[in-house]
Amino acid sequence: MNRFRDKTTSLKDLSLNFNEIEPDLSPKEAMDESNRCLYCYDAPCITACPTDINIPSFIKKIASGNMKGSAKVIMEANPVGASCSRVCPTEDLCEGACVLNDASLPIMIGNLQRHATNWAIKNNEQLFEAGEDNGKTVAIVGGGPAGLSAARELARLGFKVTIFEAKEHAGGLDTYGIVSFRLPQEVSLWEVEQVEKLGVEIRTNTMIGRDISVNEIENAYDAIVLAVGLSKVPMLGIEDEDANGVYDAINFVETTKTPPMREDFIGKKVAIIGAGNTAIDAATCSVRLGASDVKMLYRRTQAEMTAYEFEYEFAKQESVAFSWLTQPTKILTDSEGKVTALECIRMELGEADVSGRRRPSPIKDSEFTIEVDAVIKAIGQSRFVDLIEEFDLSHDRGVVNIDSDTHQTSNPKVFSAGDVVFGNGQGEAMVVEAAEQGKLTAYSIYKELIGESETVNA
Amino acid sequence: MADLSINFAGIKSPNPFWLASAPPTNSGYQVQRAFEAGWGGAVWKTLGEPILNISSRFAGTHFNGQRVAGFNNTELITDRPLEVNLKEIYETKKRFPNNPIIASLMVEPEQEKWHEIVKRVEAVGVDGFELNFGCPHGMAERGMGAASGQVPELVEKQTMWAKEAAESPVIVKLTPNITDITATAYAAVQGGADAISMINTINSLAGVDLDTWNTIPHVAGKGAHGGYCGPAVKPIALNMVAECARNSTINVPISGIGGISDWRDAVEFMLMGAGGLQVCTAAMHHGFSIVEDMVEGLNNYLDDKGLASVGDLVGKSVPKYSDWGDLDLNYKSVARINTDTCINCNKCHIACEDTAHQCIDMLKAKDGTKYLQVNEDDCVGCNLCSIVCPVDGAIDMIEIPSDEPMTWKEREAAIKEPSCGISLVK
Repeated sequence: MNRFRDKTTSLKDLSLNFNEIEPDLSPKEAMDESNRCLYCYDAPCITACPTDINIPSFIKKIASGNMKGSAKVIMEANPVGASCSRVCPTEDLCEGACVLNDASLPIMIGNLQRHATNWAIKNNEQLFEAGEDNGKTVAIVGGGPAGLSAARELARLGFKVTIFEAKEHAGGLDTYGIVSFRLPQEVSLWEVEQVEKLGVEIRTNTMIGRDISVNEIENAYDAIVLAVGLSKVPMLGIEDEDANGVYDAINFVETTKTPPMREDFIGKKVAIIGAGNTAIDAATCSVRLGASDVKMLYRRTQAEMTAYEFEYEFAKQESVAFSWLTQPTKILTDSEGKVTALECIRMELGEADVSGRRRPSPIKDSEFTIEVDAVIKAIGQSRFVDLIEEFDLSHDRGVVNIDSDTHQTSNPKVFSAGDVVFGNGQGEAMVVEAAEQGKLTAYSIYKELIGESETVNA
Repeated sequence: MADLSINFAGIKSPNPFWLASAPPTNSGYQVQRAFEAGWGGAVWKTLGEPILNISSRFAGTHFNGQRVAGFNNTELITDRPLEVNLKEIYETKKRFPNNPIIASLMVEPEQEKWHEIVKRVEAVGVDGFELNFGCPHGMAERGMGAASGQVPELVEKQTMWAKEAAESPVIVKLTPNITDITATAYAAVQGGADAISMINTINSLAGVDLDTWNTIPHVAGKGAHGGYCGPAVKPIALNMVAECARNSTINVPISGIGGISDWRDAVEFMLMGAGGLQVCTAAMHHGFSIVEDMVEGLNNYLDDKGLASVGDLVGKSVPKYSDWGDLDLNYKSVARINTDTCINCNKCHIACEDTAHQCIDMLKAKDGTKYLQVNEDDCVGCNLCSIVCPVDGAIDMIEIPSDEPMTWKEREAAIKEPSCGISLVK
């Protein structure tokens, strides 16, 4: 964290506040750090990486000056490896598994990965080639990490791939949902471009059901990958939720991904409801938009918070305040329908529920009111249930049921990966996990349609 | 506080750390700075002719981020006039009467030239001479330096000529660019040398530039071999010191040179027979102040060992250095992994598996934790695992009971047949 060189917030040019905060390693830093790697055999960092990046290999390649080889090792295993180097919870994954935790300090694997992929971005290297046309076509619904990853591998396996993407650009969460100062949009767009360079067609601004029907897609392609991810933040179910000044955290973060930055948060009081990673993003974005008072409200305690530890630490450093055991009950507005305050109630934790977390319940007569100018809701994301049903797929409250080995849905022609299958024990919602699922889905489609080995030649 | 002073072949020094004849001892300014920093003595950069040098001259060899693992130079002897050097030696000696200054000399192999330079230099009050029979580049092409040093007869003859004129002790500095250093060491002794010093630099080419394809270093696009020194050459130097020290016909003190970078290296050289030490690359890499730790570290070491004087170290390991034929064929050691300290990088496993004797197994305990274990029956005690292990104390080499000692020489004698006639199979 002390590597963040500029923690000040500019009120004159808000876009400066959204520059990537952690600087790239200097070549000397990268060299020193990469030479510290022991080049373990059967290295636990590889096992800890959901995409099995051969970490010792890419690190030793940095040390030898083989930067292209290094970037290739990373991107080979993880088509969104540049984004993942910024958003992965490395202390829980690769760096947490580093054997040097027991001897000195773990290798800065995430930063080295960022350094190697930055090199590839700066040098505009095309790292992979499309495979020889195998005559089969695949449609991918959703151009986020899972969809891109599947597309990249399918293209290398010789499939003709079309991605249908509702937004202006592909990249999904990486392009729109992660704060710029952690993941600049150009990084995600480079990954998109890498996929396009393999001949993958990306039809942007194209929504299934609006611009093209499910039927059309089903008839036109040999296989379909449903990788639509998640939808909007669900309703809180409290009064005046649609008031002026109430935001959906996903939409809110998205507005900060491209200049110009909104200026209406300068000096304002903001309350964020929730304590996950998106809630933290909304809070830190508010700070960087110039808000003077940013508070996160969570109905449980710090122990139950779902945000990563490093995100929580970062938010604290950004002077975000936390109100634990606090549940909003009512949004108060002025005569023009503009948010003025939030009524809350204190909570206490009772017995553990099915998820193992202690269930919060309101403390009687503990209502209180806080003055706010904006409320940002970050209590999770709803699912694209309608689309899933249009495809006629078996699902469990929006979580598509798949064969865990093949990623095949109840419709043998449709495979599914990413956030749309996360939940209910089907993996943890992380970009890196989505990338891995996309890859595996591609191999599974290859097996299904071509039927030979599932290896890809570099 | 142990006594660090030495009397090396009659040359007294407050501690055994001398700067070797090289760029650090090029001038009075530098040598005086060195003495202020705590160096015991200095071998003044070689006096002689011609007075010329080239640009550039040095190259470092770096390894895995470690700078100057080795060092290469194509610099010649002093490029300052003799009169200037003599004046500065005189002034330095006056300021630091207790710190020995040894003049390194190099002239053509002619008796009168040696007589002349020895007399002129002795007149300014040096404490001794070091004849440079080692410099491998430039001067060698003119029949000096290593060109002389590679011919035992020339070493003997020139030593004799120097001794004919010198009142103070004469040290002969030997080149490592030779098959058997004891041959030239013996020649120096026959010539009357009071001491020998080793090693000078080893013929080397530091590298080639991947972009320009020039040698490193290059002079206007062309390169020539230089002399190699620094930490990388220490094992070679230590072996040469040891070979001379254990040879009873070479009965003069040895000044150890070659990659000495800290007090630990110093102790090793002294244990292996060096009565004094010379340092260059470490000072060039870090400056004169490193001597402070060298002196203090050596002092603490002697105190810990209960030794009153640094001289008590000299040669203590020489009897332990021998020939392969004197090693016990029945001695056995095996590797043992300390699972508490092991960090499971598995480097030992793969080193043994790929390149040694396939005797380190990767196992899983009942609770799922991974651990490594040496199959001691198959282990030949080669040490590879403990060498690649990054954690001190994670792999111990354990001595295990074995049969009566039997060396190759004893085995040969027992069989009573010439060695060429017997099979090596047990």
